[in-house]
Amino acid sequence: MNNTWIKSLIGGVIMFGLLYVVSLMMSKAGLFGFGIDDYSSRLLHFIIINIILATSLNLINGYTGQFSIGHAGFMAIGAYASAYFTVTYGTAIETAISGETGGLLSTSIVLLIAVAIGALAAAIAGLIVGIPSLRLKGDYLAIATLGFAEIIRIVILNIDAVGGATGYQVPGYANFLWIGFFAVATVVIIHNIVRSDMGRALISIREDELAAEAMGVNTTRYKVISFVISSAFAGVAGVLFAHYNKFLSTNDFQFIKSFEVIIMIVIGGMGSMTGAILGAIIVTLLPELLRQLPDITVPGLGVVKFADLRLVIFALILILTMIFRPQGLFGNREFGLSWIMRPRTAPEGTEAVGGVEGVPIAEDIKAKHLASEEDEKK
Amino acid sequence: MDTFVQQLINGLTIGSIYALIALGYTLVYGILKLINFAHGDVYMVGAYMGFLIAVYVFGSQASIFNFVVVLLGAMAIAAIIGMAIERFAYRPVRKFSRMTTLITAMGMSLFLEYLFTFIFSGVPKTFPLLIQNDNYNLFGEVTISTTQILIFMIAIILMLGLEWIIHKTKIGKAMRATSHNLNSAKLMGINTDFVIAFTFALGSALAAAGGVLVAQYQPKIFPLMGLMAGLKAFVAAVLGGIGNVMGAVLGGLLIGMAETFVVGYGHYVGIPSTYRDAVAFAILILVLLIRPAGLLGSNVQEKV
Amino acid sequence: MSEDVQKTDNAKGKYVLKTDRATMQFGGLKAVDGLDLAIEQGEIFGLIGPNGAGKTTVFNILTGVYEPTEGDIFVDDKLINGLKPYQISRLGVSRTFQNIRLFPSMSVLENVVTACHRHANQNMFDAIFRLPKYFRDEEEHKEFALELLEIFGLKKYAETGGTSLPYGKQRRLEIVRALATKPRILLLDEPAAGMNPSEQEDLTDLIREIRDKFDLTILLVEHNMRVVMGVCERIRVVDYGKSIAMGTPDQIKNDPKVIEAYLGD
Repeated sequence: MNNTWIKSLIGGVIMFGLLYVVSLMMSKAGLFGFGIDDYSSRLLHFIIINIILATSLNLINGYTGQFSIGHAGFMAIGAYASAYFTVTYGTAIETAISGETGGLLSTSIVLLIAVAIGALAAAIAGLIVGIPSLRLKGDYLAIATLGFAEIIRIVILNIDAVGGATGYQVPGYANFLWIGFFAVATVVIIHNIVRSDMGRALISIREDELAAEAMGVNTTRYKVISFVISSAFAGVAGVLFAHYNKFLSTNDFQFIKSFEVIIMIVIGGMGSMTGAILGAIIVTLLPELLRQLPDITVPGLGVVKFADLRLVIFALILILTMIFRPQGLFGNREFGLSWIMRPRTAPEGTEAVGGVEGVPIAEDIKAKHLASEEDEKK
Repeated sequence: MDTFVQQLINGLTIGSIYALIALGYTLVYGILKLINFAHGDVYMVGAYMGFLIAVYVFGSQASIFNFVVVLLGAMAIAAIIGMAIERFAYRPVRKFSRMTTLITAMGMSLFLEYLFTFIFSGVPKTFPLLIQNDNYNLFGEVTISTTQILIFMIAIILMLGLEWIIHKTKIGKAMRATSHNLNSAKLMGINTDFVIAFTFALGSALAAAGGVLVAQYQPKIFPLMGLMAGLKAFVAAVLGGIGNVMGAVLGGLLIGMAETFVVGYGHYVGIPSTYRDAVAFAILILVLLIRPAGLLGSNVQEKV
Repeated sequence: MSEDVQKTDNAKGKYVLKTDRATMQFGGLKAVDGLDLAIEQGEIFGLIGPNGAGKTTVFNILTGVYEPTEGDIFVDDKLINGLKPYQISRLGVSRTFQNIRLFPSMSVLENVVTACHRHANQNMFDAIFRLPKYFRDEEEHKEFALELLEIFGLKKYAETGGTSLPYGKQRRLEIVRALATKPRILLLDEPAAGMNPSEQEDLTDLIREIRDKFDLTILLVEHNMRVVMGVCERIRVVDYGKSIAMGTPDQIKNDPKVIEAYLGD
């Protein structure tokens, strides 16, 4: 067991070394001339925040087998609760600590408190939503969580103290290192939960609820616990998003956002840790890559901007994935050396279809969605 | 009193639209146990098809004939699209888990939304008024418009037509049998694939009618118009008892009225009208928790 | 005659599992109708009856899947009506399922370790921070599970997928999984279904062996007469939800009511 601790320690040090190097590259000066431009840096931040969202949703959807489609609601609660705190008390706390604002120590302390507040608020919301909803099964649970998430969003939209419909300016307390830290922590915590007695209890609920009960698993309790944990981490993602993006609008937390996170875990394979991480990367990154598609002039039709078709392609890929590889890229297995080296017996002709070819980017869906929403208002 | 009756009329108008969409959810759920997330988007597609016919065939000219053609044309095209969705997206995943089919339906919903955003852009289009709209004074301050009368009439005709199909025709009998038990229906020699396709066609046509009618009432159409309307219609179907045709109608009307009353009277009890969209979801959650089978649905016990 | 037996049946005290006029009504159908059962500590008790006699429903009310519409159920002297299945499991009652319900994506070993949940000695924080307690607990469960698998001759399949085992072995695995909860009372729902005669024979021996080794009380619902007669010490016969006979295997074999119920009229 000491062995595990040492390994974790080494892994942690390497991880943070890497994060530190990347964060240096993001700085203005760059690292030995190697820099990451603002656009890529922003994308990288969103990928990491999405990893938190995907791995946490995977706990309830992938491992416990309860289909929730309201993750954006809990993210919103974390974001807004913590933002209200930092906007109201952030500066005061900073000056109380170091006499000035902007110091590394004081901003970190404020961020940590904000994360705690966001996680707690989202966890409480998860408890309130989870206790009644988790009595429902399948489609009904899905619809109830969707309903709750929409209600949360509309309620926030009506609170003027957090900006209401005009949006909310938030101080930028979250830096790359902290975001990275929380992503690693989320992955490690959820991984450790899944590989434990509790994780087996959760998985047994997914596999066969009646048999799980018969083996002494209090299924109701575990469903609620995993829902609360999942919500808390969605809250953490919300906190980080708020304090990185520096601006919140309830439009960021519409149904489409929950759906986007679902797509991440579905593409990667529900119940696979690495699948969720890879799904988050694919769903965030690929639409950005599809942006590079050229414009083509079609006689008679004029210029067709293929880049504008990327979301259509994305939806199509999702449907095709479901048809040809409903278990996602990895099923509920983990991706790693052993997966690459696995014996390939049956020809897996279906793999390429749902494969890495091109799933659109989360940000883009949102941008598109926002754009049409604004149009609608006009 | 006058405002109350006026709100009632307005609520029933929008409720009739919800009811038309809700019927499609309920028919499909009754047979496949699938929440067809793309159904709200079929309603949007119907509105756009009507728009294309009205503008490009009739040059936006108003006449009863034009209106009827636009309505029937949109319904026919939507029926074909509905069948195509079923054939190419849902049928291949029918054998997989219900989660898979649910996600496929969500994907189909996104596909239609993005495709129409790509073709028509997100900017709303103004749907031409096809029937001269007049306001008639009923009593006091209460008025009803030609469009509202039209919506009621057509909604009633379509719902009666649906009832007739379900209860008086052979295909209707097959639909009822299939919804009762798909596998037994298959064993009894019913071509269930055809029945399912027909159900999608029927539901899609009704949604398209809703799309054209709503465009006469609130003439702005846009690619995401089906999102909220679809969700609310789904709530209506659950409220009435999903799988139950009369329930869908009842649920649609109730949701429409609840929404209008929140906008009209909510501020008296401290609910601002901005909560309009939350009403349907609040009702949804109450129904799910108190009576998941819905108002007219029957409770089915799960077999262990 | 059966009246007398029932009187002695109901004497209080040494019974670990007891029902008192238990009734389960579904709509107009009484699947179990006023059933009295009293199972003594350490015995192997058989519950038999023709198809549709309500045997599995008895199981389901004993394990909390259904709450009986009338009558009482006791484990030791504790009334368990309305308890959830997991609560009953924690009282030391474990079961197998007639239509095998293994956890499909888990390996044989994982299936068994999962059932160690009842006596797990780690909490979420031990797991998250990988505290020594976590490792100790995991190690213990794994050893215990492997021991049980060994007894049932399944150790060599530990890493195989549970549901990819042949049918007879899946049934055995279900028993192992039930035992992993460390029960005092084990309910077996048609454990011999789908087994060939030699497997059935092994099973009979095994049931006796585990009863002695783990100090169990066993209630067996079974269709297969050979297994029931071979292993059970007392047998209750039910038909249409009602008890029609009770006694030792020899008594049952010669009871005209039983013969009639099985052969029909």
